[in-house]
Amino acid sequence: MKIAVASGKGGTGKTTVAASLIHVWPDPVAAMDLDVEAPNLHLFLHPEEIGRCRAFMEIPEPDESRCTFCRKCSDICQFAAVKVLGEVLMVFPEMCHGCGGCLAVCPEGALRPGKRELGEIIWGTAGAAPFIMGRSRIGEAMSPPLMRQVKAHLSRIAPPQIDLIIDAPPGVSCPAVNAVMDADVIVLVTEPTPFGAFDLGLAFKAFAPLGKPMGVVVNRAGIGEDAVYRLCERQKIAVLAEIPYDRAIAEAYAEGRVVADAVPAVRGIVEALARQLQAMDRPAPKEVLHG
Amino acid sequence: MDEIVILSGKGGTGKTSLTAALAQVAQPAVICDLDVDAPDLHLLLAPQRLETHVFQSGHEAAIRPEDCTQCGICAQMCRYDAVIPAQAAPTIDPLHCEGCKVCVTFCPAGAIDWRPRTCGEWYHSRTRFGRMVHAQLYPAQENSGRLVALLRQQAQELARQQRIPLILSDGPPGIGCPVISSLSGASFAVIVTEPTPSGRHDLARIVDLCAHFKVPAGVVVNKYDLSAPRAEEIAADCAARGLALLGRLPYDPAVTAAMVARQTLTEFAPGGLGEQVGRIWQAVAARLGLPQAA
Amino acid sequence: MSKIAISCDEPSLDAQVDPRFGRAAGFLIVDPDTMTFTYQENGQAQAMARGAGIQAAETIIRAGARAVLTGYVGPKAFQALSAGGVQIVQDLANLTVRQAVERYKAGDIALAQEPNSQAHGGGGRPGAGMGGGGRGGGGGRWR
Ligand code: SF4
Ligand code: SF4
Ligand code: SF4
Ligand code: SF4
Repeated sequence: MKIAVASGKGGTGKTTVAASLIHVWPDPVAAMDLDVEAPNLHLFLHPEEIGRCRAFMEIPEPDESRCTFCRKCSDICQFAAVKVLGEVLMVFPEMCHGCGGCLAVCPEGALRPGKRELGEIIWGTAGAAPFIMGRSRIGEAMSPPLMRQVKAHLSRIAPPQIDLIIDAPPGVSCPAVNAVMDADVIVLVTEPTPFGAFDLGLAFKAFAPLGKPMGVVVNRAGIGEDAVYRLCERQKIAVLAEIPYDRAIAEAYAEGRVVADAVPAVRGIVEALARQLQAMDRPAPKEVLHG
Repeated sequence: MDEIVILSGKGGTGKTSLTAALAQVAQPAVICDLDVDAPDLHLLLAPQRLETHVFQSGHEAAIRPEDCTQCGICAQMCRYDAVIPAQAAPTIDPLHCEGCKVCVTFCPAGAIDWRPRTCGEWYHSRTRFGRMVHAQLYPAQENSGRLVALLRQQAQELARQQRIPLILSDGPPGIGCPVISSLSGASFAVIVTEPTPSGRHDLARIVDLCAHFKVPAGVVVNKYDLSAPRAEEIAADCAARGLALLGRLPYDPAVTAAMVARQTLTEFAPGGLGEQVGRIWQAVAARLGLPQAA
Repeated sequence: MSKIAISCDEPSLDAQVDPRFGRAAGFLIVDPDTMTFTYQENGQAQAMARGAGIQAAETIIRAGARAVLTGYVGPKAFQALSAGGVQIVQDLANLTVRQAVERYKAGDIALAQEPNSQAHGGGGRPGAGMGGGGRGGGGGRWR
């Protein structure tokens, strides 16, 4: 099964939960960090690197000698990434979304496939778990293309039958949706504060159209208020685990330790969470519907 | 006019709590929430909406099944797997559609509509610390940076109209397009970090970004007492890169208590945390040569 | 003298110069010899999520302007304008269109050699695909 650990807002303990789940997971499991703008999972799992490669996206490269300045390319490009400026054909690599439209539309073959670096893909092992992450290039404005390549690369380093835990980017915009899209279960990590409740509400709205089972982990339980719980009740989404507010946990995190490893009480909580998640993927057998 | 943007790279470092408190001590300022995905500043500042506007950005494709001949070209050409095969005619998944217009252009039957995409709302509001410009992107919509640019432009216009010399913005998390939009051309970036491995890691990335865009920056270490050695590492990182350390704040449950009370740190704990925020503001104001600097 | 484009938000020689280039409301395209003008809306660029500067550059190049007077021009738009052979004059936000044109005609104005803001950088020369150069493994570290 594939589990995506996400959160409506950053800093709720998403990476802590992901790292702890990987640490206690009872079956063979792989770890994938898709928070490519700010990958952090490796800081806790301390994987041993096996390889890395740079990731590229196809963008057009102009061959001005063939260009008749017909502007078909700039007409199709929705992102102002290719333009005819006076008598100059110009590509703005950073603007390109890699849709291939200009390449397909140019009647003269004046645009050839070139490439732009998106960032890098790094893989290795964290204990027994295959580990993979993406890290976007500084200044790269788009993260979904790199995320897609990290996902594609996973099949080369982890057998398809083992479980997968995904550290998704925070927030509710398209990179976050992109990261949880292929998961079987989405775990949303939040905290019992006004910010936590508001952002969790946004996350429910963003992920509901995907039609995946969702569950909530309340981190720093005991601080704040009960708005988060009321929200989960209203939306009929289960609170799968509560990790108590404890300075020792925050300190273990600050030291770069896997919290489930450093704080025994948390280990038990995360183990129970893992069991519940596994149960969510294997729902009680339903009667086969006929017709 | 000066424009200060508060950033953190990593979320949850206390960026919004600090921004809200600064909004109180930095008055008069136009307040701006550029975290349009998950805007939280309104939870502390309780803005009264004066104006609501719809935000449209880009387009999305939609197939008219009655005109589709099921030739399959759209699915073949779409690089984002947004065209979903179906029995009658294919449909387009708006979550996947990048809005590139390739299918619209190449559909031989002209069966694909091209319509503007409504992505969210933005607001002009009033708060107890002055005017505020903010927005809410609809969930799962692309955070393009244009909404960020639009809010900044609205804030600048408002500041000009009302002769307010300062814009104070709660920036988006991460280091992607929205952050770039919030940073380019700003006068100063306040980077909030915490002494954790993630905090330090992301700090380095955001500092690189500020350098890339030539925006001067200073650092606030929040929860500095969580790990003394790491807080020192961060101080050393800052010194090595010639960055100002603007101040630090302790790990204090009062931050959450203030949030639950819907108050700023300066309102909730004027003597303790509030005083420290005041000193951070002095450090920022001094670097920018603002009249508020003591 | 060939035509000049000035960023501003109404079709009048007495309008203020709009400090924004890419997201300017529009451009007055002025014939400096006769001081006659047309107004070119910039709506298409304003609607862009990103790349407004490039779009605006294309608009004024197509309108036949050979110089632009404005507040500031980002690096991408700067590239685009330079490629189209358009002279760029920045930092004119505090003038009216008429004053800006008069100063341009009098030669009392410095042509910009490089962009004065570092918006949406990353570079990329015309036609140069990014990432061709070797950047070894030095770019990212494990921690
Ligand atoms: S590939 Fe698509 S986004 Fe890139 S330049 Fe061509 S049309 Fe524009
Ligand atoms: S479509 Fe091809 S020939 Fe036409 S302007 Fe673009 S590159 Fe030149
Ligand atoms: S390209 Fe047009 S006609 Fe062909 S399958 Fe797609 S929508 Fe239908
Ligand atoms: S507009 Fe582009 S992304 Fe959207 S469905 Fe058509 S080809 Fe795919």
